[in-house]
Amino acid sequence: MLKSRRQFIKKMFSIAVYGLAVSSNFVCAKLADTQWLEQSFQPSSYKETLKHLFKGVRLIKSKRIKFSRLPRVAENGSIVPITVASSLKNVNKISILVKKNPIPLIAEFHLSPAVEARVSARFKMAKTSDVIAIIEADGKFYFKSKKVVVAVGGCGS
Amino acid sequence: MSSIKIRTKRLNGNTQIRTLITHPMENGRHKDKQGKLIPAHHIRELWVEHNKVKVITCHMAGGISKNPYFDFLLKGGEVGDVINITWVDNQGKTDSKPYIIK
Repeated sequence: MLKSRRQFIKKMFSIAVYGLAVSSNFVCAKLADTQWLEQSFQPSSYKETLKHLFKGVRLIKSKRIKFSRLPRVAENGSIVPITVASSLKNVNKISILVKKNPIPLIAEFHLSPAVEARVSARFKMAKTSDVIAIIEADGKFYFKSKKVVVAVGGCGS
Repeated sequence: MSSIKIRTKRLNGNTQIRTLITHPMENGRHKDKQGKLIPAHHIRELWVEHNKVKVITCHMAGGISKNPYFDFLLKGGEVGDVINITWVDNQGKTDSKPYIIK
């Protein structure tokens, strides 16, 4: 009886150690990922953010990216709507940036082939600035920018 | 009560997925009434699954407005398909909600 109990404890222990090893591995992978993200979403200049996100990449201005719902004048900088749509083929990433925000990168959408290249969101703007959408399609990077005038900033002071 | 609201709509053979999430999305720069900074509290990652296959992953920070709204366009999509939306924020909170396309 005692022996089987000892065996049971031993087994439980080994399972626990195994579980710990697996989960710590998982946590490490997750950590590296979040660190990278943390850097992307750091307060920095627009130039630095671009350097971090698209290092050594040529950005091509494209007419095949369309903004809709993005106003020319945003009265309230804390809610600015945007829809980015594109007729480019094989779009797998859409990034939205605001040039003069404390954190220029707003969001990154990773799209699978099962969805159309069209996303909408609402974001904050600190002051009048260019809004840029960068689309990755077939390994190439395209962008479009539009100036939005902000009456009241929405990023705090 | 779930923090996620999901609505879908058929659009020329595609399915529009609209979602509204209840979340403060604090970027850590706003002050409360006492003049103290409110700590950052925002969604970090959001993903959409269609029939258990991840179709969209979105990374974000405090630059997205309070109570974020997103809308995506899924190619095809049939009545009865399951859409699942999950988010994780920087304080480790998470929420998930399934929705069946009507």
